[in-house]
Amino acid sequence: MMLVTRTIKYDADRVKGFGREVMSVPGCEQLSHCIQCGTCSGVCPLSIYMDYTPRQVMALTRADFKNEVLRSHTIWLCASCYACAVECPREIRITDIMYELKQRAIHEQIYPRHFPIPVLAREFSQMVLKQGRITELLLVLKLFLKTDWRGALANWRMGWDLFKTGRLSLAREHIQQRADLERMLAGVDGNQGAGP
Amino acid sequence: MKYAYFPGCSLKGLGRAYEESLLPVMKHLGVELEELQDWNCCGATAYMAIDEAKACVLAARNLALAQAGGHQQLLAPCAACYLVLNKTKHYFHEYPAMKATVDRALAAINLSYDGNVAVRFPLEVLLTDIGLDALKQHVRRPLKGLKVAPYYGCQVVRPYAEFDDQYNPTSMDRLLEVLGATVVRFPLKTKCCGGSLTGTVPEAGIRLVYILHNEARKRGADCLATACPLCQFNLDAYHSHLTAQYGPVVVPAVYFTQLLGLALGLPAEQLGLDRAAIPFLWRPPEPAPPPATQTEPMTAASGPKYS
Repeated sequence: MMLVTRTIKYDADRVKGFGREVMSVPGCEQLSHCIQCGTCSGVCPLSIYMDYTPRQVMALTRADFKNEVLRSHTIWLCASCYACAVECPREIRITDIMYELKQRAIHEQIYPRHFPIPVLAREFSQMVLKQGRITELLLVLKLFLKTDWRGALANWRMGWDLFKTGRLSLAREHIQQRADLERMLAGVDGNQGAGP
Repeated sequence: MKYAYFPGCSLKGLGRAYEESLLPVMKHLGVELEELQDWNCCGATAYMAIDEAKACVLAARNLALAQAGGHQQLLAPCAACYLVLNKTKHYFHEYPAMKATVDRALAAINLSYDGNVAVRFPLEVLLTDIGLDALKQHVRRPLKGLKVAPYYGCQVVRPYAEFDDQYNPTSMDRLLEVLGATVVRFPLKTKCCGGSLTGTVPEAGIRLVYILHNEARKRGADCLATACPLCQFNLDAYHSHLTAQYGPVVVPAVYFTQLLGLALGLPAEQLGLDRAAIPFLWRPPEPAPPPATQTEPMTAASGPKYS
């Protein structure tokens, strides 16, 4: 059977209020000023790999197409280089909007399951919460275990280089006052910025 | 000059050559760095993707620790740490709700932050606080004949840095020129290296690294000078991947602090230069012997010859 997909969006696909919610978050207010000029897509070094270009993500977000943007690869391919944010003629902090969309995708558990980027973000944050610091090698090993362990094999040459040049250490880095982290973050409502 | 020093996780790990060169260089220049007591990870780009409020609180703990230690200035040599600490500061000042959240969280561990600790980048300290004229006096072994592609990466100058231009930064160019190096024109100086995408989405990330390498080679650079541990890692450690996909990679990537150390005449083996996978073997010419005071009579062999 041939699989067909609809290539235009219907009004029924929108989640009313989504755009407004995003625009209420610190850093995302300027989205309403977007003139769809496409400068962001033009300067983005990764837009050629994206399913929706940054310009399209801006339009879709503003028009309440929540499921489309939160499921997109675009938000995860954003490497936070801020090229779009400094070039935008309307001073929209596009990178910060991408961060907000990533947070929502993680919060709602609708990111692509074994896609390594959100997995890295999750493992990274858990290590910081527990230890207060990152042990890079452990983080990378965890990433391989949770996504594709064969990746570790493909990188044996790099591992050897790093070992030879004394850059690998397995000693777990951590801060002394680990209990402080928990106490400090206990009162922080992670989704306070997410609006109603 | 005294600064609190925030190394960040990378400078203790994969980017240790940055710390190994930064510390002796700063010491040599009379800059006192005091490592922040019990600093924690800044959160980098990953934490912002999970929870922005918590990311700001985590970063703010470091600013509060600097304040508690009586510091006005916090030196953050890692581009990601520099960006996140600055971003937190901006949010703290721009958004009262965020300030309230940070204040409350810090109070729970008996810390406070009044918004005043300045976050500084080494290039800025070198150019603004020390100054190029003063630096020039310290150059013992000029990097004569070395062609360098200055690569800033993204997060050093975008979007919060005030010490340089975010479209065409020149601070590293000017520093390298004072050190005697030849700075090649490098239009990709702020083009993204791919960040962690080299590991997570190699087909995209590694191509971005290749684009930088290819440009540096075409411009005839002997090395790429970097100011970020992740940039240096990407440009250096992926050389076997790059070679397999695009052909041999020949341009080593070093930290600008390593080049500075060489020019100051610090011993090469103390600058972490052996940490690079693509070896950087160039060394500046031996310094000219101090001008001998004319005591011996001029002989025919040493005197000027005219014919």
